[in-house]
Amino acid sequence: MNQYECPCGYVYDPRTGDYENGIEAGTVFEDLPDEWVCPLCEAEKEFFELIDE
Amino acid sequence: MYNPLEIAANIFSVGCRDWDIRDFHGYSTYEGTTYNAYLIKDEKNVLIDTVKDEFADELLENIGKIMDPSEIDIVISNHTEMDHSGSIPKILHRIGEDTPLYCSKMGHKNLKSHFNRDYNYKVVQSGDELSIGKRTFSFLETKMLHWPDSMFSYLKEDAILFSSDAFGQHIASDAVYDDEIGDEVMSHAKKYYANILLAYSGRVQKLLQTVTDAGLKFNMICPDHGIIWRDDPSAIISAYDKWSRQEPSKKVVVIFDTMWKSTAKMAKAVAKGVEDENVSVRLMNTRKWHRSDIMTEVMDAGGIAVGSPTLNNGIFPVVADVLTYIKGLRPENKVAAAFGSYGWSGEAVKILNRELEQMKLDIIDEGLNVQYVPDKNNLEKCIDLGRKLGKKVTEIC
Ligand SMILES: [Fe+2]
Ligand SMILES: [Fe+2]
Repeated sequence: MNQYECPCGYVYDPRTGDYENGIEAGTVFEDLPDEWVCPLCEAEKEFFELIDE
Repeated sequence: MYNPLEIAANIFSVGCRDWDIRDFHGYSTYEGTTYNAYLIKDEKNVLIDTVKDEFADELLENIGKIMDPSEIDIVISNHTEMDHSGSIPKILHRIGEDTPLYCSKMGHKNLKSHFNRDYNYKVVQSGDELSIGKRTFSFLETKMLHWPDSMFSYLKEDAILFSSDAFGQHIASDAVYDDEIGDEVMSHAKKYYANILLAYSGRVQKLLQTVTDAGLKFNMICPDHGIIWRDDPSAIISAYDKWSRQEPSKKVVVIFDTMWKSTAKMAKAVAKGVEDENVSVRLMNTRKWHRSDIMTEVMDAGGIAVGSPTLNNGIFPVVADVLTYIKGLRPENKVAAAFGSYGWSGEAVKILNRELEQMKLDIIDEGLNVQYVPDKNNLEKCIDLGRKLGKKVTEIC
């Protein structure tokens, strides 16, 4: 499952999700709601970049 | 005596005062500021943070009174914003380009991008330690307090925390320590929190929890701006705890601008209504009060009322400025309402409501729109709006 990195350094890992903001483990980045923002710096999804494995 | 100054055995404050600065990226600094840097003499000599670029020579001069700058073995960059990293190229040029430069992962990214140089970066993360002889540093990443790169360096044996921007204040004076400046320091620290850290209050709460859980003691807290907390470091820790909880207080800030005094009359009437409810009020005209001073008052208020005339189908530019600024700092736990006078079309209140909604504040009234000059009846309604705000604030406090 693809991980995405925010410009602030936060990494969205679908395996853990974003529990504090109601995102369950297993949610792929593409399925995050549009209003979801980086839990660290509040940047919107569009600023995230795919991490090359 | 100002810097260089020995603040503990073999630990020196070597930073510089900027007496002239009045606008710190949009934050009013009526009394200037300082860019603090610290030098530790041990088997390895360490410089913590630097100063704004144009103060590099002054920093080197301060260091030179303690040791030859080339004797510095290690530089730690707790925060890469230019007021602290700006002199890194000049300092490294003087002390040796290959001097190890300690920073966080994001600090590394930022420094590379700031200076486009391959320095001898040493990337550290929370929990990493660095022994410099008799002393040991422990690093703690403090992401988004207030930049992604921000970190703390803690000198374990001396129990001294080098906290980068956190716990700082913008003030230049003779004073180096909290006990030399008195209670005044808290109002500067409060303004600093409101304007730099408020948006990240959730993270401040977490950080304070981490610090408590780890049982960390602080003999001194050395921030990157303003005075050092030595007399009572716990005072600033409890203040941060309080501010980051964003608890509302019995205060309403009436923020407004006016064209031909109509919205000003409304603002005064709203303020009167608030005071009728024994709630304190701040009446702040956006062209008289600096946005950063308005922000400081908003931080611990229980409510805000925002007034703007309609100008060319929009709100006043300075009101928009202040609202954009407030929104970015994400204040919470407030009731809000809008008002304004207009001539023919009256879009301002609608726009203000939209702004307040985006701030996720609790809008308690649809707002008051008055054509041209408010009459007695209109002003009564403004007083009622003020009372309503006052009552709601009393309820949530
Ligand atoms: Fe900063
Ligand atoms: Fe700073």
